[in-house]
Amino acid sequence: MNEWLDPLLLSRWQFGLTTIYHFFFVPLTIGLALTVAIFQTAWYRTDKAKYLQLTHFFGKIFLINFAMGVVTGIVQEFQFGMNWSDYSRFVGDVFGAPLAFEGITAFFLEATFIGLWIFGWDKLPRGLHLATIWLTAIGSTASAYFILAANAFMQNPIAYEMNEEKGRAELTSIGELLTNPIALASFPHTIFACFMVSAGLIISVAAWHLSRNQHLETMRPALKFGLWMMVIAGIATTLAGDQLGLVMVEAQPMKMAAAEALYTTATGANASFSVFTLGTPDGVNELFSVRIPYLLSFLSTHTFDGTVEGINNLQAEYVATYGPGDYTPTIWITYWSFRWMIGLGLAHMLVAVVGLWATRKGRLPRAPWMWKVAVWSFPFSLLAMSVGWVFTEMGRQPWIVFGLMRTQDGVSPGVSGIEILISLITFTLLYGALAVVEFRLILRAVQKGPDDAPEPDSESGEIKQTTTVY
Amino acid sequence: MELSTIWFWIIAFMFIGYFVLDGFDFGVGMSLPFLGKDDVDRRVLINTIGPVWDLNETWLIVAGAMLFAAFPEWYATMFSGFYLALLLILLALIARGVSFEYRHQRPGSEWKKWFDGMIIAGSAIPALLWGVAFANVVRGVPLDADFNYIGTFFDLLNPYSLLGGVTTLMLFFTHGVVFVSLKTVGDIRLRARKLAVRSGLVTIVVAASFLAWTTFAYGTVASAIFAAVAAVTLIASFLANLRGMERSAFTLMAVTIGLAVLTLFASLFPDVMPASNDVANSLTIENASSTPYTLTVMTWTAVIAAPVILFYQGWTYWVFRKRIGRSHIEEQVDSPEVAVH
Ligand code: HDD
Ligand code: HEM
Ligand code: HEM
Repeated sequence: MNEWLDPLLLSRWQFGLTTIYHFFFVPLTIGLALTVAIFQTAWYRTDKAKYLQLTHFFGKIFLINFAMGVVTGIVQEFQFGMNWSDYSRFVGDVFGAPLAFEGITAFFLEATFIGLWIFGWDKLPRGLHLATIWLTAIGSTASAYFILAANAFMQNPIAYEMNEEKGRAELTSIGELLTNPIALASFPHTIFACFMVSAGLIISVAAWHLSRNQHLETMRPALKFGLWMMVIAGIATTLAGDQLGLVMVEAQPMKMAAAEALYTTATGANASFSVFTLGTPDGVNELFSVRIPYLLSFLSTHTFDGTVEGINNLQAEYVATYGPGDYTPTIWITYWSFRWMIGLGLAHMLVAVVGLWATRKGRLPRAPWMWKVAVWSFPFSLLAMSVGWVFTEMGRQPWIVFGLMRTQDGVSPGVSGIEILISLITFTLLYGALAVVEFRLILRAVQKGPDDAPEPDSESGEIKQTTTVY
Repeated sequence: MELSTIWFWIIAFMFIGYFVLDGFDFGVGMSLPFLGKDDVDRRVLINTIGPVWDLNETWLIVAGAMLFAAFPEWYATMFSGFYLALLLILLALIARGVSFEYRHQRPGSEWKKWFDGMIIAGSAIPALLWGVAFANVVRGVPLDADFNYIGTFFDLLNPYSLLGGVTTLMLFFTHGVVFVSLKTVGDIRLRARKLAVRSGLVTIVVAASFLAWTTFAYGTVASAIFAAVAAVTLIASFLANLRGMERSAFTLMAVTIGLAVLTLFASLFPDVMPASNDVANSLTIENASSTPYTLTVMTWTAVIAAPVILFYQGWTYWVFRKRIGRSHIEEQVDSPEVAVH
């Protein structure tokens, strides 16, 4: 068959594309739900108009974004069956449960209370209305937990038993499945990374307005808020990422070796972390590299004299265990995605710390370059997030469920290359078009800035809240 | 009863919930060209479902996830087998969902026309294809020994399944129009009632033929009873609408849709996806289900969560119980600055 119509290759492209795309919107949903809830709480407590303005302003961006998260999420749910039917048969008994929990507990909560929040401004008492945005935020955070628990099974399969007759993995303990060490570490890492992304958005937006000297009343507190959120979430992401690295090395030593392009096993000072390498990072023709001794040992084992296994050893080990085959992921992808994730994250924290210093005691920096840098916070934090996932998922290859099932064995046998090509093309076109519309709408909402503070009613003194209508 | 059998009926319940709830969303979407004379009318229509369409759609997501967890083989076979049909449904749901959110973001009528078109198509396509898909499940499809679908997309388009598709399309359309009459005030409400009479007649003819075909070709005693009662409630809904009893008409329409889904599930039982080529390849409740342990865990979760979920969803409908009309929209237009959007 024509190699362009290889169902495996096309399915992988489609899954990667649609999942990364879904995850453009999810971090903003998770992070902005919390942000909006905080601003609304501040308004509830203090009655200051600026907090209500901020609630509405970021609420609007949140909603434009939210619709995309939902509609692209449905695709995710369906794709396991559509493109990876053998995988679904194999893991369904284990993997289906967290997905069902996610739907039952998180998605229903989120979808219901977001409707109440949007349309309930004039229908619910103030306190109850405030509760709806908090419940939305809780729902989206819970959804992240369950999906990560499902994903953790693919990274580190536990709590199952093989049923040879049926050829599938069967769940033995739901408690163990939901407390997979990978899930426990990747949940805080991902959630705080989501907060970094939404902090990035807030910084970008606030910087854009402040550099034009407009909406000072609202954008000053927003900027402060975003900077603090970035610093705190950044520290938490780093700490959680460090923890995640430890459990990852235990579950998948190959991934750490691939992250460093480390071919031969190294110990102590030799287990160095290369910040940057010129030449081919396949370990053969290294031209130039900046290395930090001991750091890789520390990342992998939390000791300075630890041993980090190299790709060659692991490859030989895996051949002995699983039979002949290539067990090495694509090195240049894992190597660079790992560096970009960490590098961009650290860069953001640096920007935020500088920003906090520059805006101390109500000052505003005059230097235009500072604003220019700040405006880029959002796209680059989103990029850090995406490459983190690319690292995680590509670093697991060739496995779809580590050690149990290869990606090539998970693909749907009954679906033809043509069919997948059709879906890949239509998704690409539709998603592309929606990205343009979405981007323009958000940009428009951002540039318009917060609406003026609403006038209190002349008779009752209350601020009139109109319900939103489509 | 075995847990797997219970889960067969829970899945049926989830699809009933989905079709009853998102069914009227589809109907409202499809009614835009008939009832939405101008932009204000169309906004009235969209706002009748504004606060709830997302939660209604979530029934599908949860139904899908439950299917995956309780019957992995069924999920895998159906979703890969109906690949292109599901792709169309997904594209339609995406278009519909974003259009609700995007339509009102700009004033221009060109802009709105685009999204109106997407809402209409995005509602009609799933309304049609869900019927086609479920009719094919009942009818049986060719499966190999590993339960993989071995037919083509065009095998799914046969007279029986197409009639099934037209049936869901018409049921949802009428359901939505009756919903509009229940949720609006003024002229649009009266026009909705009138439209429901016309579409109700067509729906009765189409649905009765489909239910009869199902009963004679694939039916059991139970499914025949469900089908018969469905026919009665459908006619009763029509009569209620004629007499202007909007609430009864809507409730009876919901009951009809529920019974129609039950008819299909009762015809399937105890298969979940019969193989049309060789009975030995059929997927049954027995060979498609998860282990008793997984089903037990799921049952506990469902039992604990269901009352809470039904409560807060019911409460949402109660909060938004008021009818809306043109005046609500015009009020918004007068004071756009206060609106969140
Ligand atoms: C803003 C985004 C962001 C930032 C700044 C970081 N990460 Fe990260 N990282 C992610 C966003 C991310 C993620 C959300 O994209 C991933 C993908 C899977 C996951 O759980 O989180 C991830 C995965 C991921 C993994 C792979 C886990 C696996 O495959 O099982 C490791 C080892 C780390 N991270 C470690 C770190 C370290 C040590 C960081 C800082 C010093 C760091 N990350 C910063
Ligand atoms: C949002 C974050 C995620 C991103 C950006 C992401 C990205 C990717 C990418 C790029 C691939 C393709 C890898 C390849 O084929 O070489 C992939 C594969 C896959 N991922 Fe993820 N993923 C994410 C989260 C998840 C989660 C949470 C799950 C499961 C619950 C999951 C399940 C899968 C599956 C089943 C495959 C297909 C098999 C494969 O190609 O390895 N992913 N993902
Ligand atoms: C780390 C990876 C992922 C996380 C943290 C995550 C989290 C979320 C969150 C918070 C939402 C709601 C927010 C929004 O609508 O924007 C959402 C939507 C959704 N996600 Fe993901 N997701 C991930 C990847 C996936 C994957 C792989 C699937 C496939 C099962 C999936 C299925 C869905 C569905 C079905 C929705 C729509 C739910 C609704 O209607 O509210 N997600 N996801």
